[in-house]
Amino acid sequence: MKKELITLKINGRTLELASEPNKLLLDVLRQDLGLTGSKRGCDDSSCGACTVQLDGVPVLSCTLLAASCQEREIATVEGIAEHGSLAAIQKAYGDWGGAQCGYCTPGFMMTVDHLLTENPNPSEDDIRHALSGNLCRCTGYMQMFQAIKAAIEAERKGRASEAQTAGAR
Amino acid sequence: MSEFSTIGRPIAFVDAAEKTTGHGKYTDDLSMPGMLIGKVLHSPHPHARIKSIDTSRARALPGVVAVVTGQDAPTTYGILPIGHDEHALALDKVRYVGDNVACVAAVDEATAEKALALIDVEYELLPAWFDPEQSMRAENDFVHENRPRNIEKEYHHTFGDPDKGFAEADYVAEARYIANEVTHAAMEPHSTLAAFELDPHTGKPGRLTVWSSTQVPYYLQHKLSLVLDIPMSRIRVIKPLVGGGFGGKSEVIPLEITAAIAARAAHAPVKITYTREEVFWAHRGRPRTIIDLKTGAKNDGRIVAAAARVIQDGGGYCSYGPVTILYSGALLGALYDIPNVRYDGYRVLTNKPACGAMRGHGTVNVRFAFESQLDEIAAALKLDPAEVRCRNLLKPPCVTVNGLRVLSYGLPECIDKVVAASDWTEKRARPVQASEKLDLKPVSEGHGFSRAEEVSHLCHSERASAREEPAGRNPAADGRRRGVGIACSHYVSGAANSIIRSDMPHSTVNLKVDRDGGVVAYTGAAEIGQGSDTMTAQIVAEVLGCDLARVKVVAADTDLTPIDLGSYSSRVTFMNGNASLRAAEDVKKKIASAAARRLDCAVADVVFRGDKVFRQGAENVARAPSPAVDRPPGAADDVARSSSSAVKAQGRVEGQILRGSVQQKRRNEDEGSRDWMSFEEAVVAAIDFSGALTGTGSYAPPAEARGGQFKGAGVGPSPAYSYSAQVAEVSVDEETGEVTVHKIWAAHDCGRALNPVAVEGQVIGSVWMGLGQALEEEMIWKDGLLMNPGLLEYRSPSAAESPEIECMIVESIDPEGPFGAKEAGEGSLAATIPAISNAIYDAVGVRLREVPFTPERVLAALRAKKGEKKLNMTRDVDPTAPATFPEHGGALCFKGKGPARHPLDVARADVARAPSPAEGDD
Repeated sequence: MKKELITLKINGRTLELASEPNKLLLDVLRQDLGLTGSKRGCDDSSCGACTVQLDGVPVLSCTLLAASCQEREIATVEGIAEHGSLAAIQKAYGDWGGAQCGYCTPGFMMTVDHLLTENPNPSEDDIRHALSGNLCRCTGYMQMFQAIKAAIEAERKGRASEAQTAGAR
Repeated sequence: MSEFSTIGRPIAFVDAAEKTTGHGKYTDDLSMPGMLIGKVLHSPHPHARIKSIDTSRARALPGVVAVVTGQDAPTTYGILPIGHDEHALALDKVRYVGDNVACVAAVDEATAEKALALIDVEYELLPAWFDPEQSMRAENDFVHENRPRNIEKEYHHTFGDPDKGFAEADYVAEARYIANEVTHAAMEPHSTLAAFELDPHTGKPGRLTVWSSTQVPYYLQHKLSLVLDIPMSRIRVIKPLVGGGFGGKSEVIPLEITAAIAARAAHAPVKITYTREEVFWAHRGRPRTIIDLKTGAKNDGRIVAAAARVIQDGGGYCSYGPVTILYSGALLGALYDIPNVRYDGYRVLTNKPACGAMRGHGTVNVRFAFESQLDEIAAALKLDPAEVRCRNLLKPPCVTVNGLRVLSYGLPECIDKVVAASDWTEKRARPVQASEKLDLKPVSEGHGFSRAEEVSHLCHSERASAREEPAGRNPAADGRRRGVGIACSHYVSGAANSIIRSDMPHSTVNLKVDRDGGVVAYTGAAEIGQGSDTMTAQIVAEVLGCDLARVKVVAADTDLTPIDLGSYSSRVTFMNGNASLRAAEDVKKKIASAAARRLDCAVADVVFRGDKVFRQGAENVARAPSPAVDRPPGAADDVARSSSSAVKAQGRVEGQILRGSVQQKRRNEDEGSRDWMSFEEAVVAAIDFSGALTGTGSYAPPAEARGGQFKGAGVGPSPAYSYSAQVAEVSVDEETGEVTVHKIWAAHDCGRALNPVAVEGQVIGSVWMGLGQALEEEMIWKDGLLMNPGLLEYRSPSAAESPEIECMIVESIDPEGPFGAKEAGEGSLAATIPAISNAIYDAVGVRLREVPFTPERVLAALRAKKGEKKLNMTRDVDPTAPATFPEHGGALCFKGKGPARHPLDVARADVARAPSPAEGDD
């Protein structure tokens, strides 16, 4: 199939590349752009390892045409870290054992990031529901729940200290 | 103050940031200039002779660089020396739907896929074998010509006098149990990148480098050498990050060799990554197992004899088969004290993907049968199931009837803990008014054996409350009945005998310490997500008393790291941990002798702690900067719950892998003799004194732990065994047969928890994987065709249906383990399945003897118990008997029809009819 020029906005950067119209977003990310953080775990949108955010909403890049994502904001796991250091959820996943082999972790990062943006104080049911589209074979999810709670707590403390600093000023 | 500074603390994995940021590289993330993509052509037939392969049309396709077939590497191989029966690409016969036939290397994936369709293969169909019991009666058309009756291996063991034992028994239970086939379904599909360097003299392919998702880099190097006929020294295997293994990557998978064959033919690097469907065909999972089990007990619950006849449906190749069937028998022992055991094990070949090693290798299905039967015995003798287990404990140190040496044994404490934490006694009692409730919940925090008596005491009082038939109690408002079940399990901490028998060390670790104060550990151990790199770093840091951040681990690169057998049989913490410990002791000795001169004291008086080196007695003076959080050694499980704060307090998680490149400056240079020096100063002193500062340590299991002398005695022995006890609480919907697991309490004896976060992760992960096998996971076959080769259809539990799992760590401090540690990664899996089946019995009074306990099976058993007519719910919608085959994405396209096949798998129909849950209320 003949390649066409497409423009993608990924993690705040605008990139132009030539790609076949039938190429999937995951393949463009991994093969053409070297953004290998998003993983391929299945081929039929069952596992969630390839989750990215499209205009802030988690989607499965393994069943999405790259060409259809033009004019949209694409966020991948590579864009999650804040100011060059770990985001609270990334740190918490490490500390609490939310990642073992780590292959599903980028997908979970994108899903959890969206969950906490939409709902900063999710109940356990909210968390379970949000995570149910991502599969993990190592952890049994328990330590992920702990990590998410810890990240929420860390964010809350972070905001509190920010407010304090602002107040002092 | 804790005995240790790094050991026993919850530590984030040294590679955690690589994983959470997506920066870490797995094999499929790698690429090289000029790299080609390989695609494999698979057999559409379960059993057929290859009459001819014509690749000319595929070769002619623009973009195709090479097409290879079995003729390009005709040497056989296999993970076991006695089982070399595989070709990377089939030579004369295909033995399962999905067997590897040819490989195309092309400029991109689309071209390679197109080329696959242009390969013309002519097959001659052969009768195929799908059911192991039929397969064992075969008289011709064997799966492998040199395996008459399709039996890969059979073993017959008798220990003690089982006949006498059964004669003495007051009660004998006998039943058939079936556990259906499950697979690892690791999140990362298998992937291999192979590249040859050109020989400087001839320009032909010379040294080979292979990056692969493997648990066993050393075995891969060995098999590549065998098949490609290249000396091992000219092959380098590098293991990048691995996205989960669970045993599925613990042997050489055909693509690993095929990639190298294709790279050699194409004169270019070749990467092959399996699709998810191909991963299901590569398989090597837990075989479907038929267990005829008989157990005899005295009236007091003491087991006097056990006899098991086990048939495993091994699939088309040997794989780990003989080891799996031996584990099934060998690990009947070492959990309880059973004086008389008979074991007949048959590993049978069929025309399905080969089964191999999967988490809890060989022990899981037999443990399900045994623990279920023990529950039946307890019910028949009107004893408490926890009490029955307490009455059959081993008395270590001891050697079991089949020659397994047991030193540390935390099972009594495990039972004790789960019984207490789950309110077992109260939940087993009939519901009583709140005011009448007896407060029997034990509160003691005691350890070990003495507590067993207390448990048994509890059990007696519970028994006195005269429970009746479980069915009918706890009727909840929602029509569901609740129940609790208990079960135990155990596993080896590494096989005491290596696959390729030798007296060489099983693990070796090298250490390099340089004047920058950085410590580099070179280890062959394969990190697959279980935390082995972190374990190595922790042990080295503990011995050297230095910051964890100083230690960098270089792992699993056969050019750089000394041989380690790999990550299987839960061997890494025990064996590689001991090697790490010895390597660090080696270096420590050298540093200590130099430091002693500077500190003006005896070598024995040099203390390493808090990133400093002290003269003994002086460490308190300069202790202020040492790690802040100290906990008593017994509080490991509490530590995990506060891990966030503890980690913060240590302040050394981020950037652990970066070693300090601090320029060495001697402060206080002119002060003469001092009480202490920094770690860097001590290192420089040692280098000044002895030149290069390196150390090495290795480990081989002691002769006493290697087992008996009979045929098959090599499998089962281990230097140490882990123990687990679990209680599951379930509810069963009697209308639909749906089982909901509400909570599982799991206590695991891991010797010592080197890193409680990692131990809890392993235990919870094992329990969760057992839960999947118990309730949902099952490979469904139709005439040799896998009906559910996708992660959605395979039904691994999601976050929504995974219950709470409470992990309790028991530390029995093994005398030979590194800091007393044993395995944590597998032993807990086996107890989960029987804990759930026993809880189902407690809830609704039916015995389920076929795994998984799907709503169909549960409902059938419930209806049979009530004498109701059998529902044929699966007619027309039975996924195992569709009129046409649904297409599924991937390399194989059946065009709506199954493979031209041969009589229906009648055994499959038998299974549906006779899983014997019918006679439920014994």
